[in-house]
Amino acid sequence: MKIQGNELQIKGIVAHIDRDNIDTDQIIPTEYLKSIKKFGFEDYLFDGWRYLDGGRLGMSKNDRKINSDFILNNSPFDTAAILLTRDNFGCGSSREHAVWALRDFGIKVVIASSFGDIFYNNCFKNKVLPIVLSKGDIDKIFKISEKEVIELSVSLDAKKIVFSDTIEFKFEVENNLLERIIYGLDDVDMTLKDKQIIIDFEQNRMLEKPWIYAND
Amino acid sequence: MSKTLYDKLWDEHHITTYNSGESLLYIDRQYLHEVTSPQAFEGLTKKGLVPWRLNANIATPDHNVPTERGSDFNMESIEDEISKIQVVELDKNCNKFGIKQFDITSINQGIVHVIGPELGYTLPGMTIVCGDSHTSTHGAFGCLAMGIGTSEVEHVLATQSLKVSKLKNMQVVFNGTSSKGVTSKDIVLYLIGQIGTAGGNGHAIEFSGSYIEDISMEARMTICNMAIEGGAKVGLVAPDITTIDYVRKHSELSSEILDLAEQHWVSLKSDPNATFDKKIEIDVSKIKPQVTWGTSPEMVIDFDAIIPNPDSSPQDNRKNIELAKNYMGIEPDQKLTDLKFDRVFIGSCTNSRIEDLREAAIAVDGKKISINIIEAIVVPGSGLVKQQAESEGLDKIFEDAGFIWRDPGCSMCLGMNPDQLKPHERCASTSNRNFEGRQGNLGRTHLMSPVMAALTAIHGTVSNPS
Ligand code: SF4
Repeated sequence: MKIQGNELQIKGIVAHIDRDNIDTDQIIPTEYLKSIKKFGFEDYLFDGWRYLDGGRLGMSKNDRKINSDFILNNSPFDTAAILLTRDNFGCGSSREHAVWALRDFGIKVVIASSFGDIFYNNCFKNKVLPIVLSKGDIDKIFKISEKEVIELSVSLDAKKIVFSDTIEFKFEVENNLLERIIYGLDDVDMTLKDKQIIIDFEQNRMLEKPWIYAND
Repeated sequence: MSKTLYDKLWDEHHITTYNSGESLLYIDRQYLHEVTSPQAFEGLTKKGLVPWRLNANIATPDHNVPTERGSDFNMESIEDEISKIQVVELDKNCNKFGIKQFDITSINQGIVHVIGPELGYTLPGMTIVCGDSHTSTHGAFGCLAMGIGTSEVEHVLATQSLKVSKLKNMQVVFNGTSSKGVTSKDIVLYLIGQIGTAGGNGHAIEFSGSYIEDISMEARMTICNMAIEGGAKVGLVAPDITTIDYVRKHSELSSEILDLAEQHWVSLKSDPNATFDKKIEIDVSKIKPQVTWGTSPEMVIDFDAIIPNPDSSPQDNRKNIELAKNYMGIEPDQKLTDLKFDRVFIGSCTNSRIEDLREAAIAVDGKKISINIIEAIVVPGSGLVKQQAESEGLDKIFEDAGFIWRDPGCSMCLGMNPDQLKPHERCASTSNRNFEGRQGNLGRTHLMSPVMAALTAIHGTVSNPS
């Protein structure tokens, strides 16, 4: 993969949340889905865990009761770019707002042993990289991360996570998905370049399956 | 080569596969609601595009709408200003682009996944998407139906297609006859307890077996609805005579065109030798009513069982159990039947269809809700369900028992409207997610069937249905 600039490396502090099945309702609660914007969700990320009171869309975090036990409220994790968690992260609701909230907070990489399918897909539309590692590897990083603040470096082209000079974790991700992270490609523009194949397909379908189009 | 139903649906809608390995799938139908569509319409507008095929899209507001509306209500009457903006925005976008919308004043308004099938917009063999994970519901009709994110909603509006990778095939065979008081909700909760909330990740689940063949479309929808709670974004049931009878009753298409379609629909089933990547068989006759105790749908047990103890659970699950018990306010060695409930919610796209309301009404007929219950609400899934229930007198049965009879919407399934739990309130709910805060900040949700929720209202505790 050829690319200019330094976007092939993502470096950052790791914040860890030791839980399985963190659903998208936890990542961003329903209340904040009332926004009609695509940005501005950073203060509401993990809202139920980050604050001791219930919030409303539009409320500033300065007016909230902060839960000082929650990792993202503590320095230096409040500037974390990498989130480390366990199994089935992002299960549940399809809300893309969950990825928007992670992105707006500054999270660029999420490392987990598995992800909810819809969440995984949504990540690539917003330049957030979900990385799947084995449960064993996740355990190893947790052990270190619980003792000291660590910084990881994620190499997109080599598909590996590097920690110090000696520890490396390889990961798999489809190239086409990775390209979306690197280039921030827009799917609509890409698909419409080949518009004609959709038109042809549709015309054929109208003849073969007319009931689909009977109300048109 | 033998194919599964999912393979057949995939092939029928497959436009092309790119060098990258991703495929472009043609989308027959998109449902839109007010929460996940505004940013998609904005994207479309910014690009100067219009919807590819207008009539593929059907819209309705459901998540934000108040459920105490009365007859003069319109969207301007919504008191929560922020909720109102979303409902108004949907209306504006639908008007601007010419998309068919059943607005808040329409008799056809309701939860998207309830109105789609009931108005005949969901037809067997379709690909159906919506910016909502419970789109899997429509798989009950043999549709390749799945929830998508907002970027994808925009993509489908603009291109009538979706970029996806093919899922693996999983088969779940339910055989046997369920015991009295055990519904399709119990069956699907039991399954999730077995496979876990990640059990279906990366798979399309086809449900089959003698149990599935015997049950109604409503019951099949409940099962497919919760496929996503087992991790599968697609749930499927092959169309059969039950499906076709339902579609004929609900569709406005001419009988000629339905006859033609039917010839195709009957071919939509897995070939006898089709291979599945995963397969499980379950004898439903042994399943008891299921109730969740924790904060994930997989934390589910028989209604009369003891809630798991972290100390005697496998090491890697201990922490999850501890956190969940803590959040749910459960003492060591408590049973579900020991817990005292504060509220009851009968509704949501899982269990707000006419059949659900009938079952719940039978359970409460002539009885009164417990004095310990602060509020018990019944929220029909759509205006048509409400009308039908009223014509059968179900509203009176509920009201006589002390329930509050509401107008259609998602309501307390996610509490985006005023229907929310207060901190620490315990709720018997027929919805699909017991996540922390799902029904309101610090609220405690126990998922169960409409019958079990109705009985919980009467007794104030979970009790034996038989
Ligand atoms: S009823 Fe609940 S699960 Fe269903 S669409 Fe509405 S919010 Fe989502």
